[in-house]
Amino acid sequence: MSANWLNLVLGALALTGLTFAGGILLSFAVRHFRVDGNPLVDSIDAILPQTQCGQCGHPGCRPYAEAIAGGELINRCPPGGQDTVDRLAELLGVDSLPLDADPETAAIDQVALIIEEDCIGCTKCIQACPVDAILGAAKLMHTVLPDLCTGCDLCIAPCPVDCIEMVPRTMAPNTWTPLAPEIISSDRTTTGVALHV
Amino acid sequence: MTELGLIIVSAALVNNFVLVQFLGLCPFMGVSSRLDSALGMSLATAFVLTLSSVVAYAIQSLLLIPLDAMWLKTLAFIVAIAVAVQFTELALKKTSPLLHAVLGIYLPLITTNCAVLGVALLNTNRAHSLAESAFYGVGAALGFSLVLILFSGVRERLAFADIPTPFAGASIALITAGFMALAFMGFSGMIRL
Repeated sequence: MSANWLNLVLGALALTGLTFAGGILLSFAVRHFRVDGNPLVDSIDAILPQTQCGQCGHPGCRPYAEAIAGGELINRCPPGGQDTVDRLAELLGVDSLPLDADPETAAIDQVALIIEEDCIGCTKCIQACPVDAILGAAKLMHTVLPDLCTGCDLCIAPCPVDCIEMVPRTMAPNTWTPLAPEIISSDRTTTGVALHV
Repeated sequence: MTELGLIIVSAALVNNFVLVQFLGLCPFMGVSSRLDSALGMSLATAFVLTLSSVVAYAIQSLLLIPLDAMWLKTLAFIVAIAVAVQFTELALKKTSPLLHAVLGIYLPLITTNCAVLGVALLNTNRAHSLAESAFYGVGAALGFSLVLILFSGVRERLAFADIPTPFAGASIALITAGFMALAFMGFSGMIRL
C-alpha cells in the first residue's frame, strides 16, 4: 500500500517538475529569441521607394509599411508607381491594384523647377524636401538638383511666392533611343534607355 | 539497418498513419484543399513527428521508467512534445525567418495532434529503441506527407469537377479519402513486423 502511494507521489512530482521545467524553458526562449518588430514591415519597407514624401497620407515610408502590414491598401505610393504596387502585391500574395494617383501626372516623370528670378530665399522648400534635393541658403537663390528630385511636389505648397513648378524630367542625351534603328544605319549601334514619355 | 528500413516502409505505407491507423485526420481533411499549404503542412509534420518520437523516447527512458511512472506517459508526452515544438518555433522565428515563413503557422497547429501523440505512444508500445523510434517517426511523417500531398492534388481537381450538389464539398472529399484508404489496404501483408 505504501509503495503504491510512493509511486503516485513520485509520479505527480515528476510531472510537476517536467511541466515547470518546460515552462521555464519556454519563458527563457521567449526572452532570448524575441524578434523586434514585424519582419513583414521590413520587407515592405524595402520595396517602398524611400522618398518619405507623405503622398500616401502617412508621415513616411516606414509608417506606410507598418500601415500596409496592418491592412492598408497597397496602391497609395505615387513615387513608386505601378511597379511598386505590383511588387507589394507579389510579396503579400494579394491581387495587384491600379495605382491610386492622377494617371496624367503619375505617368510623367516630373521634377520640381524653381523659377530662380522669383525666389526670395526663404528656405521653406528646403525644409519641406524629403530627399534634400534643394540647394540654397537664407536670402540666397535656391535651386533643385534634378538628379535627386523624386517629383513628390511637397515643396510646392510651402513656397510663399509660388515660384516652384513641376516640369517633365529632362533626359540626358545618352538616354535617347532611336525610334527606328532598322531604317537609319548610323542609329543601329546606338544603345540607350527608352524615353520616358 | 534493414530493420530500420523496414520500420520506415511499415510506418509509411503498410501501417499508414492516416489511411490505415486513422490518426491525424484533422489536418488531412483541413489543410488538404490547396497543394502549397499541404506541402507546408507535410514539412512541419515531418519535423514534429520525428522530434516527438525522440523527445518521447527521452522522457520515457530518463524520467518515466526510472520512477516507475509509465501510467503518466500520455500526460508527460503531451507536455514534453508541446514544449519542444513551441521552443523550436520560437528559435526558428529568430534564427531562420525563411523556414519560419514556410512552417510557421503549421507548427503550433499540429503540436498536440493525434498523430504526434500516436507516434509517441506506438513507439512505447512496441518498445522501440532510440534509433527505431526516430525512424518510426520519419516513416510516419513520410506516409502522412505522401497521403496529404496526393489527397490535396485530388482535391484541387475535385474543386473544378462537375460534382452533384449533395456530394459536393466535404462529402466527396470523405468518399475520396475512403477510396484512398482502400487502395492503401493493398500494402497490408507486404511486410510483417
